[in-house]
Amino acid sequence: MNKATTGPLHSAEPQQPVATGSTPTGPVVAVAQPLRRRPVRRAGSRTAWVMLLPALAVYIGFVIAPMLMGLQYSFYDWNGVGASTFVGLENYTRVLTDPVLLASILNAFTLIIFFTIIPITVGLILASLIRSMRQGPVSSIAQTILFLPQIVPLAAAGIAWAWMYADTGTVNQFLRAVGLEGITRSWLADYGTALPAVGLIGSWVLTGLCTVLLLTGIGKIDGSLYEAVRLDGAGWWREFFTVTLPGLRQEIAVLATLTIIAALSSFDIIYTSTQGGPGRATLVPGISIFRIGFTQSDVGLASAFGMVLMVLVLLVVLPIQRLSKVND
Amino acid sequence: MRTSRTELLLGRVLLAVALILTLLPLISMLSAALQPADRNPTGIVWPTDPQWGNFITAFEVGNVWRLMQSSAFIVLGVVPASLLIATLAGYALGALAPKGGRAILIFFVAGLTIPFEALIIPLYYQAQAMGTLNTPWAVIFPLLGLFMPFSVFWMRAHFINVPRELSEAARVDGASIAQEFRRIQLPLAVPALSALAILLFLWTWNQFLLPVVLIADPLDRTVAGALTFFQGQYSLSIPLLNAGALLIITPAIVVFLIFQRQFVRALLQGAVKG
Repeated sequence: MNKATTGPLHSAEPQQPVATGSTPTGPVVAVAQPLRRRPVRRAGSRTAWVMLLPALAVYIGFVIAPMLMGLQYSFYDWNGVGASTFVGLENYTRVLTDPVLLASILNAFTLIIFFTIIPITVGLILASLIRSMRQGPVSSIAQTILFLPQIVPLAAAGIAWAWMYADTGTVNQFLRAVGLEGITRSWLADYGTALPAVGLIGSWVLTGLCTVLLLTGIGKIDGSLYEAVRLDGAGWWREFFTVTLPGLRQEIAVLATLTIIAALSSFDIIYTSTQGGPGRATLVPGISIFRIGFTQSDVGLASAFGMVLMVLVLLVVLPIQRLSKVND
Repeated sequence: MRTSRTELLLGRVLLAVALILTLLPLISMLSAALQPADRNPTGIVWPTDPQWGNFITAFEVGNVWRLMQSSAFIVLGVVPASLLIATLAGYALGALAPKGGRAILIFFVAGLTIPFEALIIPLYYQAQAMGTLNTPWAVIFPLLGLFMPFSVFWMRAHFINVPRELSEAARVDGASIAQEFRRIQLPLAVPALSALAILLFLWTWNQFLLPVVLIADPLDRTVAGALTFFQGQYSLSIPLLNAGALLIITPAIVVFLIFQRQFVRALLQGAVKG
């Protein structure tokens, strides 16, 4: 059915114009580009709108419309089948006062330590120490390996790590080997360790991406800046804060945005590793919404929680966009 | 000079540790998968008697072939259509710049931060109303919409960088917008399109939440979504669960190893642009 739509793309004749080589394939820091553009002809306006139509249709139809539906549900008490009753803001009051739901929000924010702070810190340390990976087989193998967690579905990462953390799993095997028998346990079943353990799965997934992106970024910092600061007698520490960190501001902002969204809206990893347990130790908004909506059939409350989650992400992510553009 | 040599060494060592830690869970999966299926496995052990048969059992018990087909169907439903629709919109916004185009761009970009979980409840009832619930279309349609903000943003970023002189020259030669689009813009867009295709393939193949919620029969889901079914199916055998999970992630890894360079570039650009 969709075959037909691929037609025009593949039938494009490969007659490459001379300018191909000079066409930027999209600089890595595309966000840095100012959005303003020089004034151009408006002749194609009508054609442009026709071309925009399909994109707008699927976006409005399957993102905006559901969002408005969710907003509507959030004001009702509805079990998904029977009659619904308008309850005003009651669902929102419940999301913001129910200790269980608040705890799941708090857990999501705790995950930021593992999804954002650890990967970016490790990435920064690694990148600033290696600075430039010389092109060669070693660097390309290293890059491949660092990227593997990005390819593995998060759900599979959850399964892999559930086994790592199991009683007879690799983590405990390692601890026994180094004589730490005393602290071995079933890491995901322990109330105290379940959340950090799940968080570290996120660190595993995201550290490689952060490292490679920061390495790419550091390669673009003017080398003479490093020479200058070294001539001044600065050590690694000062060099890091005066050259590396400012030079990577853009990349850090992007990674922070990306990883914070991943932390606040985590679902796959937790669903396949702990399902939110033990008890509610690893309950996060995504899992809560799923359970409230489909297990407890409280559609209104689940929708309200969805709206709250969306707003939370925006509230955290928008200031980061500001920060990254302050001095541009 | 000496300090930087220490740093380099330290950096190498830390990198080596990072690489080992990255591989460890995958090795641990493989180790478990090769241990006897009817016993509780232990950590990472050298397989003295590797049970390769576990993979065959997992393949059959898990209906992996059927799952791959369902996944492929969903990927074919999402990726080509997304590419086409996003190319049209990206060209309109990047090259034609109609009045109000900027507002439309912001409208799309705003969609980049929406967590899928926030929409999953209404998406369920929407699919129910449309009669697509429990069919692949229940996942295909929403994914088209959910990936559209990124795809449009991505294609616009490409088209805005194409020198305007090119299309102006084409116009002077009397080409229509359609001709210019087909003869000049599309060939130039091939790298951007292939990178986007890679990302969309990966995101669809690995999509979990939507198939789990919207398709009741695990065998009709994407492979990632079927992992929950595996957990139920193999709950008694950790070796089989790991073998099944490895089978499921292999196609993506193979594709990754083949298109490695493009993958890394796409993911890096994708990360930054997204």
